[in-house]
Amino acid sequence: MLEGILIGLSAAVTPFNLIMVVMGCVIGTLIGMLPGLGPMSIIAIMIPVAIGIGDPTAALILLSGVYYGAIFGGSTSSILLNAPGVAGTVATSFDGYPMARKGQAGKALTIAAIASFAGGTIGAILLMIFAPALSSVALLFHSAEYFALMVVGLSAIAAFAGTGQVAKALMMTILGLMLGTVGEGTLSNTPRFTFGMMDLQSGFSFITLAMAMFALPEGLFLVMNPARAATGSDDDSGKITGMRITRQEARSIAPVIGRQSLQGFFIGVLPGAGATIASFLGYAVERNIAKGAEQEEFGKGSIKGLAAPETANNAACTGSFVPLLTLGIPGSGTTAILLGALLALNVTPGPRLMTDTPEVFWAIIISMYLGNLVLLILNLPLIPYIAKILTIPRTFLIPFILFFTLMGSYLGQNNSTELLILVGFGVVATILRFADFPLAPLLIGFILGTMLENNFARAMQLYRGFDFVLERPMTLALLVLALILVVLPSYRGYRARKRAEGVADGD
Amino acid sequence: MALDRWIALAFIALCCVYGFAAFFTMDDQLPPILQRNPVWPSTFPKILTVLGLIVGFIVLFTSNPPAEGDPAKDGAIDLSRLGDYHVGQALALLALMVAYALTLRPLGFVGSTVGFLVIGAVILGERRFHILIPVTVIAAGSIWYLVQEVLGIFLRPWPFMFM
Repeated sequence: MLEGILIGLSAAVTPFNLIMVVMGCVIGTLIGMLPGLGPMSIIAIMIPVAIGIGDPTAALILLSGVYYGAIFGGSTSSILLNAPGVAGTVATSFDGYPMARKGQAGKALTIAAIASFAGGTIGAILLMIFAPALSSVALLFHSAEYFALMVVGLSAIAAFAGTGQVAKALMMTILGLMLGTVGEGTLSNTPRFTFGMMDLQSGFSFITLAMAMFALPEGLFLVMNPARAATGSDDDSGKITGMRITRQEARSIAPVIGRQSLQGFFIGVLPGAGATIASFLGYAVERNIAKGAEQEEFGKGSIKGLAAPETANNAACTGSFVPLLTLGIPGSGTTAILLGALLALNVTPGPRLMTDTPEVFWAIIISMYLGNLVLLILNLPLIPYIAKILTIPRTFLIPFILFFTLMGSYLGQNNSTELLILVGFGVVATILRFADFPLAPLLIGFILGTMLENNFARAMQLYRGFDFVLERPMTLALLVLALILVVLPSYRGYRARKRAEGVADGD
Repeated sequence: MALDRWIALAFIALCCVYGFAAFFTMDDQLPPILQRNPVWPSTFPKILTVLGLIVGFIVLFTSNPPAEGDPAKDGAIDLSRLGDYHVGQALALLALMVAYALTLRPLGFVGSTVGFLVIGAVILGERRFHILIPVTVIAAGSIWYLVQEVLGIFLRPWPFMFM
């Protein structure tokens, strides 16, 4: 491992890459603060830039910097304006905003930064321990297991979607898989589902789809509901003072940070769970184990209530890299976009990443430390100035958000048909959002679709049919697990409904 | 009928079209040599069609309306409040985005971007043109410079007749 760290250090600590870390963090913070642009949209916008750099190490360092910056920026707007830019920082606003209202905005930002830093750093250490171990196990996998593993991943994402949402999430996953089959398959060079249109020959671009699923609907909601674009007035962000925290406060949040780093990391590793669930769960756990007066404080500006979700969401972000880097299977929308970026940079994540291109693997991990450090020492003092971006009036902000969305998808393909596809999918996505359909499964299904089909086809060819399911016990076990993951929550939801209606029998 | 059921219905219709292509038309082009393969290009789409239809029908028949009495959060997305939303502005911006896509090539990047940003802001109610126009011109110019010169991705800046 020491060797790996040294490889990573030598790859990451070059002047150019350091500039990339700083740039990524600052851009991420700036844009992540804006309502409507979460980490997914920002990374998608940055992909053409990253590909323009060419060197996969530098590009990845930039993108992970952007990712961390965006999460941090999201917590800044949660604290200052009660307007979380990202779903993962909603729990931050529970206690962060009351603190800001009490005039402790500076202190809240410091705690958020320290908690994020600790969560991210501890997460990176855990990643360093677990990823190589999981990688070596994953090397034993065949295409049949990969196929089964991806099915497990996809069903886990649906299963964690929430009560009553499992069928909807599955529907979105299948829609994503269907969209992924459009274009020329790798299996044979026959175009599929292109309906004779040349523009569809190479399939849909995943950046366009990512923009259409996340950035565009959010932009439209900002237009439709002005309350959503709660940008502050000038006097709101001008009074961030008193960034220091006392020794006693530090002592009281230290155990919270320790617990939530671990918990957040392991939640992040699970596919589909991710930063949002980690932060809510972290908040709930800390509230439950707090005693007496401290528990009363929660929701009214408790520093523990702020530290818990902040630590957990950063640790979970790091945790979500584990399945991406070791198995090549993204567990969240953001890592799905990162996977797309990696593939575009000619790096195939998976168990072979560590042996084939160790410098990329270790550079990502090292850049996580660097990114966290940059956020702590560079962004924190700059926050009062960066926060000025929140005072931009929405009449200026929204056209720019929409424009960046358009640009992100245009630059990837340099084709204006892509923009029409973007608008079309964006309208569909907006309607889906209105009906409360989760959209991340769609994107993950889309990105995994090709790999899923390739592994499936390989397994079918090796075993001349579906026999691989029975001949490889591991595959069978994984597929059964996938089935349980999907059926169990639906069954429990069904039981709960029956019980609520008072017609349950048998127990 | 609730919106999610309409969506499920539309999804089932999509599955039918998709499945028709997968089951009946796609294999026509398959060369005979590949027909001996255990897996055809249409195998995976066929499985997806079946799964899609099952899930689509589950959503269609079991989806229940969201629980009443949830405290409506300010800024949350709620279809029942669609009447209060600025739907007109959103539709106008969508139309503007389509117009941008269509004019990007003929008008050039700088022209169509400035147009998009200015008209977009005007749709949203901005009237301070003395700030708006300089801001958009500077933004469009600097983004063009970044993309074309720094990243090296070709973007035609001016209308086609000038270059």
